[in-house]
Amino acid sequence: MLTYIIRRIFIMIPTLIAISVISFIIIELPPGDFLTAYTAELSMSGEAIDQVELESLKKRFGLDEPLYMRYLLWAWNFLHGDFGHSFEWNKPVRDLIGERLAMSVTISTCTLLFTWLVSVPIGIYSAVRQYSWVDHFLTFIGFIGLATPNFLFALVLLWVSYAYLGMNVGGLFSPEYSEAPWDLAKVLDLLKHLWIPVVIVGTAHTAKFIRIIRGNLLDELKKPYVTTARAKGLPETRLILKYPVRVAINPLVSTIGWTLPELISGIAITAVVLNLPTTGPLLLRALMSQDMQLAGTFIMFLSALTVLGTLISDILLAWVDPRIRYEAREVK
Amino acid sequence: MEESREAQKYLDASTRQLIWWRYKKHALAMIGLYLIVGLYVFSMFCEFLAPYSKDTRHFDMTYASPTKIRLFDDEGKLKRPFVREVKMDVDLKTQQIRYLEVAGTHYPIRLFVRGDSYEFWSLWEGNLHLFGVDAPGRLFLFGTDRMGRDLFSRCLYGSRISLSIGMFGVALSLLLGLVLGGVSGYVGGWVDSLIQRTIEVIRCFPSIPLWMGLAAAMPPHWHALKVYFMITIILSLVGWTDLARMVRGKLISLREEEFVLAARFAGAGHTRIIFRHLLPSFTSHIIVTVTLAIPHMVLAETALSFLGIGLRPPITSLGTLLKEAQNVTTIALYPWLLIPVAFVIATVLAFNFVGDGLRDAVDPYSR
Repeated sequence: MLTYIIRRIFIMIPTLIAISVISFIIIELPPGDFLTAYTAELSMSGEAIDQVELESLKKRFGLDEPLYMRYLLWAWNFLHGDFGHSFEWNKPVRDLIGERLAMSVTISTCTLLFTWLVSVPIGIYSAVRQYSWVDHFLTFIGFIGLATPNFLFALVLLWVSYAYLGMNVGGLFSPEYSEAPWDLAKVLDLLKHLWIPVVIVGTAHTAKFIRIIRGNLLDELKKPYVTTARAKGLPETRLILKYPVRVAINPLVSTIGWTLPELISGIAITAVVLNLPTTGPLLLRALMSQDMQLAGTFIMFLSALTVLGTLISDILLAWVDPRIRYEAREVK
Repeated sequence: MEESREAQKYLDASTRQLIWWRYKKHALAMIGLYLIVGLYVFSMFCEFLAPYSKDTRHFDMTYASPTKIRLFDDEGKLKRPFVREVKMDVDLKTQQIRYLEVAGTHYPIRLFVRGDSYEFWSLWEGNLHLFGVDAPGRLFLFGTDRMGRDLFSRCLYGSRISLSIGMFGVALSLLLGLVLGGVSGYVGGWVDSLIQRTIEVIRCFPSIPLWMGLAAAMPPHWHALKVYFMITIILSLVGWTDLARMVRGKLISLREEEFVLAARFAGAGHTRIIFRHLLPSFTSHIIVTVTLAIPHMVLAETALSFLGIGLRPPITSLGTLLKEAQNVTTIALYPWLLIPVAFVIATVLAFNFVGDGLRDAVDPYSR
C-alpha cells in the first residue's frame, strides 16, 4: 500500500509541472507585460511613477530575462510561497487568495458529500424498484438536472426566491457577519447560506451518480451470487446492502478524479452569479482587469487541487478495492 | 406468412436501416431529433422568421413586457389574433415604467409582411417577414430588452450563433481528436505516452477557469468576428480529449482484429487500413460522442459570454442575451429576460436525448 502511494505521488510531479507551465503561459498571454499596464494605470490616475520601485519590480519578476528564465523564476518563487503581486489590489497575491481558496475547498467538499449522501440511497432505491413510478420520476428529475447548467439554475433560483419569497439568497454570510472574525455564530451563519450553492452545483452530479449506481447495481443484481444468497435465506435488505451495493459504489470513488474539476468549474461560475466570497468572482475580476499574476495563481491552485483530489481518490480506491493494490504490487 | 416476411425484411436490412429502426423505438430520442431539426431550421431562417431585425431599437419601448395577443375585440366577438397599440407610462408612485394598452386600437397579426430589411445569409437582400403587425402596433412575443430590442428576434439570432459555435467547435475537436487519438492508438510507443500524458494534464484543469484564462487574454480591441473564431478554437482546444481517448481506445482494440491482419497480408498500406477498414467500423461511435459533445460546447460558450469574457456585441448569442439578466433586481422587474434560458435547456436536452438514443441504437448488443 505504501509503495503504491509513493509511486502515485511521483507520477503526480510531471503533471504538476505541466500545469504550472500552462498557468504561466496564461499569465504571459496578454500582450505587453503587466508592468506596462501598471505604469499606464498609474500615469492615467496622475500618480508619480517611482523609477526605483519600477526597477526593483522588474528585477523581482525578471522582466528583462528570456521567457524560460522568467518561468523558472516564477516557479521558484511559487515554491517558496511568493505568488507575485496583484496590481489591481496592490497587495501580494498571497494575502488575497488564502481565505477564498479555503472557501472553495469547503464548498467542493460539502458538495461532494451532499451528492453522495443523496445519490447513493436514491440510486439503490431506483435499482431495486426498477420501473416503479418513483424510478421514472427520479430519472426525469435527473435529466433536467443534467441539462440545466449550474449558473442558469442559480439565476432562476435567485429570481424565484427574490420575487416570490422576498429574500436574497446570494452571498455566504449575512451582512452583519461578513467582516466579523471567525466564531461559532459566524460558522452557523455560514452553514445557513452554504446549502444553496451546494444544492445548485450538486444537482447535476447527483443525477449523474444516480445513473451510475443504478446501472451498476442492476448489473450486479442479475448475478448468480445474489440468487445464491437469496436461496440461502438471507434477508433482502441485508443481502443487497452487504454485497451488490459494495461492488456498485466502487466506481463512485474513482469518479472523484473527473468530478472534482467539474465541481470546481461549476462552483467558480455559480459563485459569480450568487456573489460568493470564493475564488470564482475574484478570478473573473482579475482576468477582466488583466491582473494576470493573481489570475494565474488561482488557475494554478485550482488545478493543483484537482490533482490532489485525484491522488486522494486513487488511494481511496486502492484501499476499497484490493484488486488495484495487488496489481500495483505486481507492477513493482 | 406475414411473420416470415417480417423476419426476412429484418435479415435483408442494411446496418443503417437497423440503426434507424432501433432509434425510432426510442420516444425521447425522437422528440430530441424533432427539437434539434426545429432549432436548426429556426436559426437558419431567422431573418425571415423573426418579426424584427436583432438590432432594431424601439426607443419608446424599452423593457416592454411581452405583447398580449388578443382574440376577442371590445364587443366580445372572436377576431383573428390581433394586438393593441401600447404606450409607455410612468407610475408616479413607484417611478417605474409600465406599458398600457390603448383601448380601441386594433392591429391584426398578418402573415408575410414587409418590415425591417435584412441580408439573408449575407447573400440576398429582403424585407419579408413571416409574421408581424402594421405600425404603430408592435409585436414583441418575448418582450424587449434594455434598448427596446425585440427579445424573440434576438433569441432566434442568438440560437444561430450558439448552435454554430457548437458545430464549428465540435468539428475542430473532431479533427484534433481523430488525428491525435488516431496517431496515439495506431503508432503507440512513446508518441502514445506523450499524447496520453497531455490529455491527462488537460483533463486536470477545471475547464471553466481554464477557458476564462484563455478567453480573457484576447485584447479588447479585437473585432467581434475574430473573437468568435478564437472562442471556437479555445473551446475545442480543451474539448478534443474525450474524442481522442475514444478513438485511441477503439483503434487499440481493433488493431489486433483478424480483418486488419488480413488487410495487411493483402498488402494494404497504413493509410488504407486506417481509412478503409478501421475508421468505418467505429463511425457510429464517433457520431455518438460528437452528438454528446455539442451541448458541452453550447454551454461553455453561454457560460463565457454570460461572464462577459466570451462573445462580444454586436454578435448576439444566447450567452450575451443572458448577460443582460445577471442582476437579481433586473430579473425581478423584467422576468422575460430569462427566456433565453429555455432555449439553452432545450438545446442541451435535445442533443442529450439524441445522443443517448443513438448510443443505444448503434450498439448491436443492446436490446
